[in-house]
Amino acid sequence: MSKEIESHRFLDFAYQLYKTMKTNEINLVYEGEVTQEITKTFTSLTERNMAKSEESNQVQRKVFNVMVECLQNISKHADTLSEDEEDRRGIVMVSRGEDSYKIITGNVIRNAKIPGLKESLEHINSLDKKGLSSLYKQQIVESKISEKGGAGLGLIDIAKKTGSKLSYQFKELNDDVSFFILTSTIKRN
Amino acid sequence: MDVINIQGTDDTPNVILDKASGQFEISGRSLPEDVNMFYEPILDWIDQYSEDANDHTEFSFKLEYFNTASSKVILDILLKFEEIVENGKEVVIKWHYHEDEEDMLEAGEEYADIVEIPFDYVLYTD
Repeated sequence: MSKEIESHRFLDFAYQLYKTMKTNEINLVYEGEVTQEITKTFTSLTERNMAKSEESNQVQRKVFNVMVECLQNISKHADTLSEDEEDRRGIVMVSRGEDSYKIITGNVIRNAKIPGLKESLEHINSLDKKGLSSLYKQQIVESKISEKGGAGLGLIDIAKKTGSKLSYQFKELNDDVSFFILTSTIKRN
Repeated sequence: MDVINIQGTDDTPNVILDKASGQFEISGRSLPEDVNMFYEPILDWIDQYSEDANDHTEFSFKLEYFNTASSKVILDILLKFEEIVENGKEVVIKWHYHEDEEDMLEAGEEYADIVEIPFDYVLYTD
């Protein structure tokens, strides 16, 4: 393939991406290492964008809260594609629709961990507000902070604060790992 | 007793713990990467304080946001004050929440369900 065609294709891709982002009102897309610094940068960026758009304070706070939990989940729990990779990587997308914000995160997960995670997600999705509150209290009392500093409370917290079901998917990549996609929805009114 | 006075950052809270002046407050944001490292000196301080606590302690939480990793440590702090209550001292938790932040009020109520310490809820605006 000639260099010219290749560069043309890239420009075409960049334009398509731009268009898709515009039509779907995607404010932020990121793929890469997720660290505390990245978390802080994205949350403050999103906060600034929302403040400009005059989003209600309540919604702004919820989007901020959910982003932190989603990103810290990746930085603490994401697995890697191969043994020699060390970074905890993931994708992050924030979109603003007419009725809601969506925060979509994706990361690699070991297949062995999927049944346990699925069970937690299903359990959380089966509970109403009151049920989530009791589960949260129970977990906070029982769970000792794991060595990574997480308390396994992130998903319950997201469900509580958004008042929406957690939407998720697992795409198998190979016998060892899958790609886990979590979509959190925050209603705008 | 030493005074703890930590200036907050965009991911760690302001902390003032002063036995002599009776000021006990955690405020701002708490989402540190390493929760245990940040809170260890604070928990140690409270352990020391509990050995000779003031007759009356008013502890203020005025948090704008805390992540779930911090929520466990906040419970640890409250449990230490519960012990102080069990030892016959008076403790009141002043739980501040912003008018736009129902979730923060609920978080306080959840803690109040878990620990045996009286909570006062204080609404604030910008």
